[in-house]
Amino acid sequence: MSVLVYTESLKGKFKKNAFEVASYAHKVAQELGTTVTAVSFNAEDDTSLGDYGVSKVLKISDESLSTFNAKAYALTLAQAVEKEGAKVIVLSSSADSKFLAPILTAKLSAGYVPNVVAAPESTTPFVVKRTAFSNKGFALTQISADIKIIGVSSNAFGLMENSVSASVEDFSPSLSDDTFSAKSIEVDRVVGKATIADADIVVSGGRGLKGPENWGMIEELADVLGAATACSKPVSDMGWRPHSEHVGQTGKPVASNLYIAIGISGAIQHLAGINASKVKVVINNDPEAPFFKAADYGIVGDAFEVVPKLIEKLKEFKAQNA
Amino acid sequence: MKILVCISNVPDTTSKINFTEGDTKFDTNGVQFVINPNDEFGLTRAMWFKEKQGATVHVVNVGGPQTEPTIRKALAIGADEAIRVNAEPTDGFFVAQQLAEVVKNNDYDLIIAGRESIDYNGGMVPGILATLLDMNFVNTCINLEIDGTTATAVREIDGGKEKISTSLPLVIGGQKGLVEESDLRIPNMRGIMMARKKALNVVEPVDATQPTQDQKFEKPAAKGPVKLVDAANVGELVQLLHNEAKVI
Repeated sequence: MSVLVYTESLKGKFKKNAFEVASYAHKVAQELGTTVTAVSFNAEDDTSLGDYGVSKVLKISDESLSTFNAKAYALTLAQAVEKEGAKVIVLSSSADSKFLAPILTAKLSAGYVPNVVAAPESTTPFVVKRTAFSNKGFALTQISADIKIIGVSSNAFGLMENSVSASVEDFSPSLSDDTFSAKSIEVDRVVGKATIADADIVVSGGRGLKGPENWGMIEELADVLGAATACSKPVSDMGWRPHSEHVGQTGKPVASNLYIAIGISGAIQHLAGINASKVKVVINNDPEAPFFKAADYGIVGDAFEVVPKLIEKLKEFKAQNA
Repeated sequence: MKILVCISNVPDTTSKINFTEGDTKFDTNGVQFVINPNDEFGLTRAMWFKEKQGATVHVVNVGGPQTEPTIRKALAIGADEAIRVNAEPTDGFFVAQQLAEVVKNNDYDLIIAGRESIDYNGGMVPGILATLLDMNFVNTCINLEIDGTTATAVREIDGGKEKISTSLPLVIGGQKGLVEESDLRIPNMRGIMMARKKALNVVEPVDATQPTQDQKFEKPAAKGPVKLVDAANVGELVQLLHNEAKVI
């Protein structure tokens, strides 16, 4: 009857969101008077989950699950839910979690609510707060199904250390061959660079930068900050930057600690997509740009003068605080 | 190949969002409705399959009579026939059950839905539908090729992409990338005239579960004014981000 959490890993290492969903699951477990069981796939350091309140890890070591497969992972989780008698399942908002959650939901006839931003408002009835209307609003949603699946919004709940000792138990799901009828044949992942999905800081450029040849300073600024790079919709539509960098209502959502918008006017669709970021900075030469109404800090000025100066000041700051 | 494109009727992306009836309902007053953008990319890809590979394309929407202008627009873009399931789409699982019934009655090879609707953002309809029907499923799909019954799809992952090999029947959760923004079609007069004559079949919903209920909505809290830093004093921004915002 424990709370079950899917802790994601990549090449054996837990992702940051694994600790965030574990923290969330621990909070729910406390309210329900139970404990947290994690399901980990081919991870190396399972006991580290104990730092975030996981008491038991169902450890899967299976070569056929070394690459993420939504159906196989979902069926594995469903078997773990049954074994543990879990009524609440907690996942992240990663592309992988959002891929498998609906499959798991259908298998368990569960109630699934994604984009949840806070601990449950109440557990009887079970009500959670989530974003809706692409971050232009929130909904309080009741889950009335017996089994509840919560997708925690990235960077919304944060990490909470709750040191417990995690016991590790081997778990082998039983999966038939036809589970793998959609096969991964090639994964092309950027390595060594922060991604929009999990970066603490995102640096984003818009049409104000005048052309793709001017992105050098955006990348340099991102490098100094250890940030991911992003762009507005017109920039990706014009082919200046890849679609994977497009953030906004129809692109990727951003929920970073710091979002720096350079040469982006701040159309309502763009603001919706980045609204979940905690601190927003805008640099734009037009003081009337709508982004100034949405930002916490702003500089009215020419990006081509301000950004190089900002890079210089950040380098000085880093040198002093190193 | 028979394709079903699932379309959701959503507020235009520029809409201001307000709530009514004690914040329990979305206020549709003055709001213009459109085909959900993620669905429109899928619909446009379906048109490509129709023109290049001779596919038949049906569209389906779960919604009340007020969604018919949006459905007609999909027909004007080039879909052959439309189905409207006459029910309010209040829960993703409920919608998926209604769509599953439509698919069971019509034998589709390929079902394309958007990865999520831009209103309630549930992002669950294609995945639940695929699982109820025991079909293959690829989410956040940015490229799709079909050769006979073999499908090759590319999906967006965090920080990259993944190529997946699978087969029909298949459900896709689509988004931009299936086609480019510039490939989207604005219906022409001929398309609009023809759409009036195409079949729009209304079917009644089947009994289905509704595991979640939205009880109340809120708008984000109003934000304080922006703190402006002089362009000649960029160092101050670094200090503010460090000392005040504590994000660097």
